[in-house]
Amino acid sequence: MESKATLSLKDLDKNDPAHWDLVIKPHHNLFDLNLREIWRYRDLVWLFVRRDFAAQYKQTILGPVWHVIQPLLTTLIFLFLFGTVARIGTDGIEPILFYMSGITIWNYFSACLTTTSNTFISNANIFGKVYFPRLVLPVSVVISNIIRFGIQFGLLLVFMIVYAFKGVHISINFYWIFIPVLVVIMAGIGLGLGIIISSLTTKYRDMSLLLTFAIQLAMYITPVAYPLSFLKGKSYQWIVTINPLTSIVEAFRFCLFGKGTVTMQGMIYSISFMIASLVLGALLFNKVEKDFMDTV
Amino acid sequence: MSTVIQVDNISKQYRLGEVSTGTIAHDVNRWWHRIRGNEDPYLKIGEENERTQKGGSDYVWALKNISFDVQQGEVLGIIGRNGAGKSTLLKILSRTTVPTFGEVKIKGRVASLLEVGTGFHPELTGRDNIFLNGAILGMTKQEIKRKFDEIVDFAGVERYIDTPVKRYSSGMYVRLAFAVAAHLEPEILIVDEVLAVGDAEFQKKCLGKMKDVSDKDGRTVLFVSHNMVAVKSLCSKAMYLKNGMVVEAGETSHVINNYLSNSQNKSLLQFYEDADHAPGNDKAKLRRIEVCPELDTPIDSVTVKTKLNIEIEFWNFEEGKMINLTIFINTYAGECIFANGSQVANLSSGLHKAVCVIPANFLNDEIYSISLMIVGDASYPICFFENIISFEVHEDRENSGWHGKWPGFIRPKLDFRILTT
Repeated sequence: MESKATLSLKDLDKNDPAHWDLVIKPHHNLFDLNLREIWRYRDLVWLFVRRDFAAQYKQTILGPVWHVIQPLLTTLIFLFLFGTVARIGTDGIEPILFYMSGITIWNYFSACLTTTSNTFISNANIFGKVYFPRLVLPVSVVISNIIRFGIQFGLLLVFMIVYAFKGVHISINFYWIFIPVLVVIMAGIGLGLGIIISSLTTKYRDMSLLLTFAIQLAMYITPVAYPLSFLKGKSYQWIVTINPLTSIVEAFRFCLFGKGTVTMQGMIYSISFMIASLVLGALLFNKVEKDFMDTV
Repeated sequence: MSTVIQVDNISKQYRLGEVSTGTIAHDVNRWWHRIRGNEDPYLKIGEENERTQKGGSDYVWALKNISFDVQQGEVLGIIGRNGAGKSTLLKILSRTTVPTFGEVKIKGRVASLLEVGTGFHPELTGRDNIFLNGAILGMTKQEIKRKFDEIVDFAGVERYIDTPVKRYSSGMYVRLAFAVAAHLEPEILIVDEVLAVGDAEFQKKCLGKMKDVSDKDGRTVLFVSHNMVAVKSLCSKAMYLKNGMVVEAGETSHVINNYLSNSQNKSLLQFYEDADHAPGNDKAKLRRIEVCPELDTPIDSVTVKTKLNIEIEFWNFEEGKMINLTIFINTYAGECIFANGSQVANLSSGLHKAVCVIPANFLNDEIYSISLMIVGDASYPICFFENIISFEVHEDRENSGWHGKWPGFIRPKLDFRILTT
């Protein structure tokens, strides 16, 4: 036995591929995602999340209160614009709750998308100096935004309780368990589209310029400030229906208030869109991450 | 001993100039070649990376056909002038980019210190940054916790550990950053010029730490530096890169000598044979500026003990003009250390010569650049040649007790004695 062991040690020649831990070469397998490596770096993901939080509101008086001020103000503006001026109905939901719920889930999506889409450019200085799995950053962005979403969702709950006391019928029902699923789908689409855009912008920055106003436009073709039922029978309803975010926002409201337009096809469409954007995003990201430093 | 790094014929091409609308034409052409199954047309062109000369192509090879092996426990010093490809090589080894051709095989965990303090966030405290930076460099939270006290101690910043690092002095910042990196436990450590920062005491500490890492723990170190004394004292082997190619690899002092004798002659002269192409204007032009060291043999290196004669030849085109020259000695970063003027002379039209002597034991071991001004009537500049030539002064290597860099931009030898009775 012993002689055999020495023999196999000698056989660990440098030509033996098993001898090497790492091979750096110009081209590599597109599907070589290395998710295990991201798991190995999970501490880093968490530390990036902490950094985002700790650093964001340093040297402000209100600190984390800013997380709730922004949705509150937006709700008020919507209340005035869409409720008072445009007089668009809210499916029978209390208007403040209607707008706030839409804004909460929409904010989560747009924050995921904008921040992940800047991954390469805004972190070029770190990426240029040290190797770690690049996907760590967009993943940490999605997680830190979940915490922000949690805070805003808490605000929404506070308002719901206040309205419940005022006599508005609000009940916690079985559908609430789907809320985390909806958040995950929202995160998936935000992350998927975000990393697609970040991969495309390493060389040509045009996409990131387009993105800022594309997100604004997208909000108007998503039922954030109006219910989907408001468009029923209108010739341009299809624009909103082909938007994969529509079903999620409607389903989110349906879970909370029991009112909204939710269809099975719509949900399947959203989920398939999420999977497709994540797969395409991961492939592009994987292709770009190896040498984007040369062009960024 | 076994091979832990095997670099097999790697090349790296870069495109010069800006990425802009013009780039897309190349991208489209490249893509068109690829779908027809042809080779990338831009990989066939590209030139040697000689940054001082204007090239004909937008593509250069930052590295060309580099191969070498590194054994376990070896400390390999990589030397070469700026732009020789040292940093590109380290970037490939530390996986921040990939080679255009070729392959690198690595055994063991690699940590690279291409810069200290990567990912440091100014708003976070020293404590938070130790964890963040450690994790970026590849440590787990547990490892960092275990070494936390040691890191703080090494950096010497206990008192400030809960203060945001933006309040740190630059020295403290660097010490903390290096301390984190020094406590990594990779099998292979890649270090780029981090020793250029920090005070002398700290530099000594860093060099000592690197020596420990290789001697005691048997880890492999790749070390890029311009500090030949540090390379000589630390490295068991050295590799000299020039224009993206390996000139020589092998025993450290031999490679260093080759590098020094090779790198000097080149930049010490700027010569314009023909007045039409010389820099200047219709009143005066520069013909030649040369840094002539007084050396015993031509392969000796310019050290702090070398006397330097700066010889200047210039054309004056105005008969009977009152002219003097002013010479500026600048740091490599461009800051003027001192300037010196010649006497004012009444010059005839034609070629003139001047010599400025920089005495021995005056400059430090630094890279300097020279600017030259031709002054009319002792009052206004006729022409100014900014950073027209640069030269390097090295540490006097006989005095090897001190490995760190001597502080300051000049190093005059003053009369400084302890008075004994």
